[in-house]
Amino acid sequence: MPKKVLSSRPQKLRLYVAGHAPNSILAIANLKLICETHLPTDHELEIVDLLEDPRRALADGIVVTPTLLRLHPLPVRKVIGNLSDASQVLLALGR
Amino acid sequence: MKVHSPQAVATKTSTGIRGFDEITEGGLAKGRTTLVMGGAGCGKTVFALQSLAAGANTAKEPGIFVAFEEPVRQILANAASFGWDLVNLSKKKIFFFDARLSPDIVKAGEFDLVGMLGMLKAKVQEIGAKRIVFDGIDVLLSLLDDPNAERREVYRIRDWMSEMGLTGIITQKVGAHEDERRHSFLQFMVDCVVILRHQVDDGTAFRSLRIMKYRGSSFSGGEFPITLDTRGMSLSHRGPVELAYKVSNERISSGLSRLDTMLSGGYFRGSIILVSGAPGTAKSTLSGLFAEAACERGERTLYVSFDEGADQISRNLRSVGIRLAPHRRSGLLKMFSTRTHGRNIDEQFIALQEMVLAFEPRCLVVDPFSTLSSKNVHHAAVDTAQQFLDFLKTRQITVVNTSLMDGLATTNEATATAISTVADTWIHLSYFAQDGERNRALTIVKSRGMGHSNQVRELTLSEKGVDLADVFISQGKVLMGVARWEWEQRELEQEKRGRLASDQRRLQLEIAQAEAVARIEVMKKEMDGRDAELARLLKTVGAAATLFDSDRAVLKKMRRADEDAGPHAKTRPTKKHPIKPAKVRR
Repeated sequence: MPKKVLSSRPQKLRLYVAGHAPNSILAIANLKLICETHLPTDHELEIVDLLEDPRRALADGIVVTPTLLRLHPLPVRKVIGNLSDASQVLLALGR
Repeated sequence: MKVHSPQAVATKTSTGIRGFDEITEGGLAKGRTTLVMGGAGCGKTVFALQSLAAGANTAKEPGIFVAFEEPVRQILANAASFGWDLVNLSKKKIFFFDARLSPDIVKAGEFDLVGMLGMLKAKVQEIGAKRIVFDGIDVLLSLLDDPNAERREVYRIRDWMSEMGLTGIITQKVGAHEDERRHSFLQFMVDCVVILRHQVDDGTAFRSLRIMKYRGSSFSGGEFPITLDTRGMSLSHRGPVELAYKVSNERISSGLSRLDTMLSGGYFRGSIILVSGAPGTAKSTLSGLFAEAACERGERTLYVSFDEGADQISRNLRSVGIRLAPHRRSGLLKMFSTRTHGRNIDEQFIALQEMVLAFEPRCLVVDPFSTLSSKNVHHAAVDTAQQFLDFLKTRQITVVNTSLMDGLATTNEATATAISTVADTWIHLSYFAQDGERNRALTIVKSRGMGHSNQVRELTLSEKGVDLADVFISQGKVLMGVARWEWEQRELEQEKRGRLASDQRRLQLEIAQAEAVARIEVMKKEMDGRDAELARLLKTVGAAATLFDSDRAVLKKMRRADEDAGPHAKTRPTKKHPIKPAKVRR
């Protein structure tokens, strides 16, 4: 079953935020809620403050903040925005 | 704390765009933001890139280019022809930031540019950037898709640039049918607004630039034609043109001596000559004559053709006795041919100007100077044309322009005005269709500062050369070609007939005279015969004197009469008694 295949390999997520910008703070909160309620517990989530590590963001091709990357499984998916639209986020994450 | 002293406000920074720096008295305001708006393909990106390149190359100001719309690779490829060496600059002095959001990106809520500006700040500090471009802000705005967010993010960018002390350019694509008011806050927000336009008139593309607003600075508010060439964008305007060029009284030959006579000595040196006319009225021939004459005087001459190739022109002119090939070989004459259709009119003039600067001719032919003949010429193009001609005047270059024009009356008024303004000497060639043939007629419409003939002349072309012939007016009609020839023939015929008639009359008189002389001779002979006969008769009769007394009396009377002639008798014998009244009576 596809759901099992997906859940058998842990999701790897990275969220780029920009300091204490309102959208960034919102995005962190929204994402944590989505993960707790919809994702299996073995997912990996990394939150990067772009203002502290701009080079990394450049390398990842980040343009706006907040940007959520699903690095694993491939292909890489990008979601922009404060993640207030949970259904869009879940769609992008393949849930 | 930021303090803007008046000097700091006045400080401007060059855009590297020729003409723009002049009309803005220095370029863009340092540390301020300029909005460049316009439709697709009118040169917004070029404007921005050129300013960055100028900053990096000449002003030692590194820059950042944020591309919202086009991939960086594509931008570099498009700008490769401009010779700014962007690829090399992009390694160190200009940082290209690909800010495109791929179409498959998922949007889940509001976002902002805090992160992007954070990254850009790091880059600004890294390369010491002084200039920045946000190219295609409209793409970002449409993605934000919320008036409040749009405004908030644009102000964020503006404040950030100001904080970083960057000279900024924001470009915005404005469609013709879009509601421009929606993003009008952009115009209020920035310090300077530049509007670019791209339009096509009569198959020719025009780009123009207008400064709508420039806070704290004076600027020329007109619409200026812009052109793109290998050095990038330039404005055809070079600041206010002063019509103060040196004028010359020197006359130079038109290459056609009778035309020189009609112009009471030829063209003025440094004047603008326009040769207008319908297709095939020998406009190029007059140009060729002028070029040939110039070369024979040893003057460098540039012949620019937008119709035909140089070799073809050379060959065609050879057929009417104009020899350009030797001058081309000697390098005195340079011929340049190019196609213009679809090119920006101002690009053509910039190219012409560059050729003139490079070759430094004393005489120039532009065949045809099409701006002056098109039906719907954009006023900007006419301005460009005038600026080009003014440029020639300041350099005392005599120029012969040809212009396709069917008739003077049908000419578009604006065009006629434009021509009349620029042309010092205007020669119009036309066809006279008459008696099943077409002949070329030459008229001098105007010629400033010289007496000139108001006569129409027929222009004749043959392998022997080009010439002007008098035309005849008969019954209110101008006679040319065969009609003129016939007229001339008739004249000759009449003269001949008159001569013949008098010859004949003389002959008749001579014959009559000869007849009279002959008749006299015959009569004399008859008289002699009778005399002889009479003598014989008398001899035969002899002494016998058998003659009747009456007869003898007659004879006696005659002889006596002869003797009695007195003084006549002395002269008559030399004439052998030609006429004797008695005998004639008899």
